[in-house]
Amino acid sequence: MTTLAESAPATGARTPLHGGGSGRKWRRRAPLMPALIFAIVVTQVPFIATLIISSLDWNILRPGSRRFTGLSNYGTVFTDTRLRNAVLNTVVLTASVVLVSLLVGLALAVLLDRKFLGRGLARTLLIAPFLVMPVAAALLWKHAIYNPDYGLLNGTLNAVWRLFGADQGPTVDWVSDLPMTAVVVALVWQWTPFMMLIILAGLQAQPGDVLEAARVDGASGLQTFRLITLPHLRQYLELSVLLGSIYIVQTFDAIFTITQGGPGTATTTLPYEIYLTMFRKYEYGEAAAAGVVVVIGTIIVATFALRTISSLFREEGNR
Amino acid sequence: MTTTAPGPAGPVQKEGPETSAASPRRPLRRKRGAEDLSQRGGPIWALLAWALTLLFFAPVAWMVLTSLHKEVDAATNPPSIFAPLTFSQYGLLFDRGVGPYLINSAMASALSTILVLALALPAAYALSIKPVEKWTDVMFFFLSTKFLPPIAALLPIYLIVKDLGMLDNVYTLVLLYTSMNLPIAVWMMQSFLAEVPKEMLEAAEVDGAGLLRTLWSIVRPVTMPGIAATALICVIFSWNEFMFALNLTATRASTAPVFLVGFISSQGLFLAKLCAAATLVSLPVLIAGWAAQDKLVRGLSLGAIK
Repeated sequence: MTTLAESAPATGARTPLHGGGSGRKWRRRAPLMPALIFAIVVTQVPFIATLIISSLDWNILRPGSRRFTGLSNYGTVFTDTRLRNAVLNTVVLTASVVLVSLLVGLALAVLLDRKFLGRGLARTLLIAPFLVMPVAAALLWKHAIYNPDYGLLNGTLNAVWRLFGADQGPTVDWVSDLPMTAVVVALVWQWTPFMMLIILAGLQAQPGDVLEAARVDGASGLQTFRLITLPHLRQYLELSVLLGSIYIVQTFDAIFTITQGGPGTATTTLPYEIYLTMFRKYEYGEAAAAGVVVVIGTIIVATFALRTISSLFREEGNR
Repeated sequence: MTTTAPGPAGPVQKEGPETSAASPRRPLRRKRGAEDLSQRGGPIWALLAWALTLLFFAPVAWMVLTSLHKEVDAATNPPSIFAPLTFSQYGLLFDRGVGPYLINSAMASALSTILVLALALPAAYALSIKPVEKWTDVMFFFLSTKFLPPIAALLPIYLIVKDLGMLDNVYTLVLLYTSMNLPIAVWMMQSFLAEVPKEMLEAAEVDGAGLLRTLWSIVRPVTMPGIAATALICVIFSWNEFMFALNLTATRASTAPVFLVGFISSQGLFLAKLCAAATLVSLPVLIAGWAAQDKLVRGLSLGAIK
């Protein structure tokens, strides 16, 4: 039952045979081909189509307007203040949701790593927000929780106020007054279990002998956490940030449902802005150009993220 | 029997198998001795843990409770927790035709998951048990397609699908969900197949077992839990998908999330009905996720965490 690290190839695959004949090579490649071809077709064909559309002046509300315009759509994308605003909102939304859910997830994971009565049940209840359908969760927050008249938040405030003798609690219109916060809270609620699960797995994979040694040496709980647990957790934290960011930056359901990007453009993120350009303004060329810019931006961020993480893992390996 | 467990096929396997063998890194999971778990927290910690848990669970509990109330009881301020319970809201959902939407969702999720597994299993075999050269590059190609925001692909996909006359068609969603989940499935299955002990495969070869026999009696038993975990993740993501379903379907092929947003446009009180609908469409994934929660972590981390 002991897994020996030395015997474990970090990559998990067998060494490929080099110098095999080309027939042999192709026999090895054959099982891979259907998936690879499928992935290339379904991801690259739309991308090429986007590139072509992005060079057209094409609005289906102006029939016959479809013509080649070169890079002018990109000019619009880079000078349009709406899009700049959308980029900013996307960064704010993604960063706050990832950061807050990571911190809350870490706190919950540390709590759940200890033994207490009903720990299994608590863990089961805690993952529920992640399993609720995102659109259902967004509708639930908007109507059952944030609603100023009968939502759970104002209702609870009202009940507490009355408990202390006031006639009426404050009536806050959460979605209109604090739109970005409202969206962030709903998304943090949904993503915290995801972070918690990954971090908890990291905590439970801590080598017990090291913790025991720290305890024997008289390290305080906080010292142990800072000097042993956190460094050990780093790869798990990185992993949850990377995966969380991939999903959260693409958030569409919550914006569409809770705020429709409003009030004004206060919560219009890039995916929602592209959606509006496409299906409300019908500026196909502009939407495609924005899509290309998003893809390029994503590739830059993703390459950077992957490189950072893989170098972290390599450090770990060389220790 | 113990030394064969390979390290995790983490998401960071940049170097090839040759170089990495020289730099073994700690396996992500090492069982902590049972006695070390004795670090019992005090009652304050337990209390705090339960308080936070209940805070997080409260919206779900509220959703289920409201779904069992009458509309007038659902829209009171302060909230009426102890109002009489009724199942009538659920009956109403079926009167308003939630059935076909659920069937569409089930079809899109099930068919795309079968297709994903059919594509990902052989691919994962060629990336782990008998790897092609440059298999890490192939892995990263698959992962990179997951980075692409689906919204950027929506317009060309919409136009292509419209040209092919396949708007409002469940099979369009099946294909899209397959492409959405394929990279995840390839990564997960690669990590599960890499766990098949090399010695067992070699022994089978020595004994003259054919490929099919090896797959059936050695690879299959070891990877069955992995296949189940992969299928679970694929079903969750396709059941919950909203954006493509919203924009590419109209009436015949719409799925459960589309039913949900179309449902609230009505005037008057709708909170109890909405909560019933939200509960109903979330229930399959909730049950599946709860039943397989020990597999959830591995799936969500693309196989990196065991």
